[in-house]
Parts: sequence; C-alpha cells; structure tokens
Amino acid sequence: MSGQTKLLTMKGISKSFGKAVIALDNVQFELEAGEIHALLGENGAGKSTLIKVLTGVEERDEGEVLLEGKKIHPKSTNEAQQVGISTVYQEVNLCPNLSVAENIYIGRAPKTKMGAIDWAAMSRDAAKLLEKFDLKLDVNKRLDNYSVAIQQMVAIARASDIKAKVLILDEPTSSLSKVEVDKLFEIMRRLKAEGMGIIFVTHFLDQVYEVTDRITVLRNGNYVGTYKTSDLPRMELVSKMIGKDYAVLNQSLKEGQAEKEGTKTGDELVSMKGVSHQGSISGMDLTISKGEVLGLSGLLGSGRSETARVLFGIDQVTDGELCIGGEKVHLKHPIDAIRKDIAFCPENRKTEGIIGDLSIRDNMALALQAKKGLFKKISKKEAQKIADEYIEKLEIKTPDADQLIKNLSGGNQQKVILARWLATNPQLLMLDEPTRGIDIGTKAEIQKIVIDLAAQGMAVLFISSELDEELRCCRRIVVLKDMEKAGEVVGDNISEGAVMQIMAGGEK
Amino acid sequence: MKEKLRIKNISLTMTIVLFLVMFIFGSVRYDHFFSLSTFLNLFNDNAYLMIAGIGITFVLITGGIDISISSTIAFTGVFMAYSLQRGIPSYVVIPMALIIGIVVGAVQGSLIHYFRLQPFIVTLAGQFLMRGLCVVISEASIPITDPFFKFMALGRIQIKLGDSKALNGKIYYYVLIFVAVLLIGLYVLKKTPFGRAVYAIGGNEQSAQLMGLNVARTKIGAYIISSFCASLAGVVFSFYTLAGYGLQNMGMELDAISSAVIGGTLLTGGVGSVFGTAVGAMIQGIIQTIVTYENLNTWWTKVTIAGLLCFFIVVQRIIAVRAESMKGKELAAA
Repeated sequence: MSGQTKLLTMKGISKSFGKAVIALDNVQFELEAGEIHALLGENGAGKSTLIKVLTGVEERDEGEVLLEGKKIHPKSTNEAQQVGISTVYQEVNLCPNLSVAENIYIGRAPKTKMGAIDWAAMSRDAAKLLEKFDLKLDVNKRLDNYSVAIQQMVAIARASDIKAKVLILDEPTSSLSKVEVDKLFEIMRRLKAEGMGIIFVTHFLDQVYEVTDRITVLRNGNYVGTYKTSDLPRMELVSKMIGKDYAVLNQSLKEGQAEKEGTKTGDELVSMKGVSHQGSISGMDLTISKGEVLGLSGLLGSGRSETARVLFGIDQVTDGELCIGGEKVHLKHPIDAIRKDIAFCPENRKTEGIIGDLSIRDNMALALQAKKGLFKKISKKEAQKIADEYIEKLEIKTPDADQLIKNLSGGNQQKVILARWLATNPQLLMLDEPTRGIDIGTKAEIQKIVIDLAAQGMAVLFISSELDEELRCCRRIVVLKDMEKAGEVVGDNISEGAVMQIMAGGEK
Repeated sequence: MKEKLRIKNISLTMTIVLFLVMFIFGSVRYDHFFSLSTFLNLFNDNAYLMIAGIGITFVLITGGIDISISSTIAFTGVFMAYSLQRGIPSYVVIPMALIIGIVVGAVQGSLIHYFRLQPFIVTLAGQFLMRGLCVVISEASIPITDPFFKFMALGRIQIKLGDSKALNGKIYYYVLIFVAVLLIGLYVLKKTPFGRAVYAIGGNEQSAQLMGLNVARTKIGAYIISSFCASLAGVVFSFYTLAGYGLQNMGMELDAISSAVIGGTLLTGGVGSVFGTAVGAMIQGIIQTIVTYENLNTWWTKVTIAGLLCFFIVVQRIIAVRAESMKGKELAAA
C-alpha cells in the first residue's frame, strides 16, 4: 500500500493552549480511502484537539496535513467541508427549530431558476436521501419533534451527503440504542465500500472491534501507535491507552480493598430515620459509619442524588430524624452541612462543580473559604500550600496551580473538586457520579483514593450508576427505588445480580 | 400521523383572531368604527412602526436584540430636516440618511459579533449615541417644507369598495413603502440562504457555525437590516409628521419588540415572522383606536398591551411545554 497516495496524512501536528498546556505534541495520523479508522485515547489524550485541528476549528501550531497528497490548511469548518472533510459531533449539531430537510440542506439548498430556495425539491431530495438510511421521517417537521438518536442519524445523513472524502464521527454512538448503533455501523460499512475514509472516535471498545480496520492510539497528547484492529488484543489496547499495565492497576486496587476489609468500621456517623423531603425522598432509613464506603445504588430517578441533597442541606428534612455524630441536626442550608464537616461533590461537574475561569488553586480553596466564613481570608500562601499538597497527593496532571481549571481534562477537574472538599477535612464525603466521563486509568485512581480515605477513617457515600464500580469500592450497598430504600446488600452477599434484583423490585 | 400545529403557527393564528375580535368589538360598540377607513388608517398611522418592527424581527430571530432603533428613527428625522433646511435636495438627503442607518447597523453588528459583546449593551450605547447626536444637531423641532416630502405626506390613493361611506378609505403613498418592505422581508426570510441562516443562528449558533454557515455575515447582516429599516422608518415618519425632532419616539423600540412578540417571535431566537410582527403592530394600533373612541387617557393603550404581552408569553410557554410532553408520549408510543 506504500506506493499508493494516502487519503489523509497528518504529520508532526503540535498544538498548545497558552504556554503550559500541550494538547498535541508531534502527533501523526493516516487514513486510507475505504477504511474505518478508530482514534482512541483516554480523556485528555488529544483526540478532540486533533479532530478540531483537522476540521479547522483550532489552528495548529506546527505540522502539515495532506489530503490526497495535497497540502490543506482549513481555517474554518466551512473550508474543511469544501475540501471534503465532514464531521458529526457527539452532541447533535443541528438546528432544532428548522425542519429535517432544511437541516440536511441548509447552506447548499437547491434553488429555483429565479434563485430562490426550492423547498419542494429540498423535501424530495431529503426524503430520498433518508430512504437510503431506512429512515422514514416527515422531512417537513421540525427536527426537535424527533428523538436524539434520529437527530444524530440526520446529522450523519447530512455529513455523508456533502461530497465528503473523509467523514469524522466523534463519539456518535453515546446517545444511540443497540439497534440504532447496528444501523449506524451498516451505514458506515456502506460508505466505506463507496471509498470514503471514516475516522471513528469512541469510548466503547466493543464497537471498535466490531467495525474498525485500524486503530490509532493517543496518550497525553502524544502519538502511541497505529495498529491493525485484528492484530491487537483488547488488554494490550487498554494498557496502551492508559499507559500503565492494566493488571498491575487492578492488583493495587484489590490490595486496597483487602486492606479495607481488614479495618473494622468505626462508630456510626450519620443516621437517617424515616427522613423525607416533600416531592423527593420519603421514609429513608440509612446509616453511615466512620471508615466505611457506603454505596448508594438505584436506577436514574430512584432518589440517589436526592438523598445526598438532603444530607447536604440543599433540600430540607420535612419529616423524620437526621442525626450526625449522634446529635440531632437540622440542616437548613449547605453551609450548615459544611460546618458539620460534610462534603459533597455533585454529579454535574461542569455546571455545579468547577468554576472554569478560576485557577486550580482558587477552585480548591473555595469550600474551605466558605467553611471559614468570608471574613477570615485564606492567604494566597496558605492556598498555594493546599494546592501543591493535593496536586501531588492526587497526581493531578498540571504544570502548576495557576492553570485555569477549564484547561484540564475531565478526570483532572474531578480530582481538583475532590481536593476542594478534602481541604475542608470532612468527616463525611459524598461523591455523586465521581467518575462519569473519565477515562479508565483516572477512574481507577479515584476509586483507590476513595478506598484509602475510608481506610483513614472518613465516611464516604458513593453514588454511581456503574455497578461494577460500586461493587469494587463498597462493602455495603443501599439500593433505592422510587425515592425509597428498597434494600441493602452487605459483605459477601454483594453481587451485581443481588443489587439488580432489588432495583427491579425482587426484594422488599 | 396527525400534523401537529407548530408553535409559531398557533401564535400567529391567535394574533390574527385577536385582531378580528377587537375589530368586531369596536364595530359593535361604536358608531362609525366599522369602516374601511378605520382599517386603512391602521396602516397610515403605524407604517413606520411596522417597518421598524420588520427590521428588528431579523435581529430577534437570531436571538439578539436592538434597542437603538428608536434613536435611529429620531436621528434620521432630525438629520433630514436639518439638511433640507440647509438647502440640500431631498434626493441626496434620503439616500444619505439610509446609508447612515446601514453604517450604524454594521458597526453595532460587528462589535457584537467580533468582540462577543452583549447586544443589549452595544445597542444601548447606539441608542444613547444617536439620541445625543439628535439634540446636538438641534434641540428644537425643525419643520420640513421640501416639496417631495410634502407630496409624500399628502399624496394618497382613494379606495372605494362600494357606495356606502363605510366602504370608502384612503392610504397614503408611504404605506406602499411598508408593503414593499413586508414583501421583501417575507421573501428574504423564506427563500434566501441568508434568511434561513438567520433562523439557524437563532436555533443554535454553534451548530450553524459547524454546519458551515457564515455566522459573521449573517449576524452583522441582521443588525444592518434592523438599522436600515429603522432609518427607512425614520424617513416614513418624517413624511407622516413633516418635521424632525430629537426627542421624538422615545421608547418606541419597545413597541416594535412587543409587536414582534405578539406576532409570535420568540425572544430566545429561532422562531418568528415579519408578517406576525406586522399583525402585532396592527393590534397595538387597534387598541390605540379603541382607547381613543372610549375617550380614555392614551396610557390605557400601554396598560392593555402590558396585559396582552403577559398573556402571549404565557401562552407560548404553555404551548412549548405541551409540545415537549407530547414528544415524550410519542416516543413512548413508538
């Protein structure tokens, strides 16, 4: 194949944000015509930056891009489209207020002889195009009448219809069901057979092995390698992505767990007796002991986050009794909870957790400052000390504490938030989905931190929708259903099946 | 599947029905109210508001706002009256006034787009600037005596649909300018790539960008159209009053915005129509007429419009929420 001109070649691509954050460092990438090529890496590996550089959203600092042997340098998505590079993003990037047909053709709509937009022709073309995808939609309806999955298909239809040579699919499957994913793969294979080169970015390894021909792995902004999918065993791929030996990682986690099993859980710290909040949880009985990681499990909307909200004083107790450290308390406001040494990392990191335009140091100092009250200012020196301590302890990947938190990857942002609460030295730490959207490596690190904290005597309430994660971290799991406690599994009885059975309503 | 009524269609239908109800109400309640001339006078008296409203609708659909238009209207009037007084002929003055409008829009639009400034603040600055310049030129009202302006002010077309007095009426020539603006506005929004890009940006600006639409050109274009229509409205307003006065039309941008909202335009962007805005302006006109017939203080017009605005935005919200829940049901059924 070496004699043939590659469809797309990227060589020596470098890109940094500001002086310190290097997103891409001398990265290369190659794509053949008629190939589906997976671009893999953990969060912060540089996948999205590479895609952005290719599609003209970000300007590259160095390197060159060749399309069919010709140098290209698109400065906008529009220019990229014109040379034949088309992209479908993770979040549907269409206009909800326009019709399906218009979303496919806007910017290149068919015209009448008079130069006006030919709506009839547009509807006809759209229906014909969607038929190829086995989608029977009313193309004149507003796009937001349809589910996200269908909108994603419409986006793909649009992207493939623009005379594309390279089609980039950036995590297109995260909102699709299994059937829809199969449909998408069928379409991808068809486009591949037509000679299109497809770059497929995804987190799902099953999908990589199902549909791709080759894999390129990035890590920390560096190029790791390109492999034939069929020649690369799954475990090897994972260790290339996280840069550590996966087995070793798992081992250390198990050791932590064994250690934890050795320690006896201490005194009861929190006890909820029949606690209710109007409109959310009702009759909740719950205890958390010092040195314990209590898992809170349940389906979406079962009351997991709501329980944490009550414990943190965001929602008030309307009925029942809440005791902390054996003393009956009435938390009216989060500050009351913070003063009782309770810490809460909320589910939605972006909107409820980080303050993007503040530095790592300032983000870490926030909770401690709130606890001390506004009149006792934490000096910059103190804050710096805290920041340095936790950057080291939690292995946060940043050149220094002055970086804006928005420049960090998701996993590192989560660690900063964790540090924010650890700085207040809490007795009870509540974590709501602490590892969502975080790569496997950092996930394991955070899980290990949680287990270590409990071993040091902290009580942890661990909320996660990923069962295996709860199984790994917790010795006791409380399962919620419909805003009530549905059951509890302890110690050796913990298994995925047991928890799921309670979720489904098998045990009362 | 049954075709669902779209939000904008429901709003627009409601607006038209409301207009008819008010017209019938007036006709039953007052003698001489029911006539062609009452209807046509709505155009004669509100043509300038409708023109400005059509302009601002473009900006509102992109999700922006332009509160500079009332000052631009006043400035156009003062600028023209002053220039005509100095002996500059009308065929030079009017194009210059319109070019000033275009420049104001281009500057405001560029500031908003390239510096990512809030439209409210930028056009507030524009409002102060234009209003200030009006008074710098002249504190007093300047009469216009130019023959062409007089011709446009008085020239009218008699319309006779029957022998009865109620079927007689007249429209002034300048109303034709409104008709032209309305038709062009309808065409541009529905049939040109620019017009569709206006909607796309209002729906989701980032998506519009990623779909390869020229966001800069479209957004700045919308502000240019808004300011251009404002200066055109200023020209029409001078035909109407034959004077230029710097303190004229204070707060009138809000009348234009409320016309648009009553006509079904969402201030969050993405939905709206120039036809709706025109009907919205006519509703304000007919409220004014009824208030006059009722011999009430003219501020009752504002009180009524306040009630109407609340009603309309609440109804829009309810429709949107219901559409959302219907969508959920549809998915569950599928």
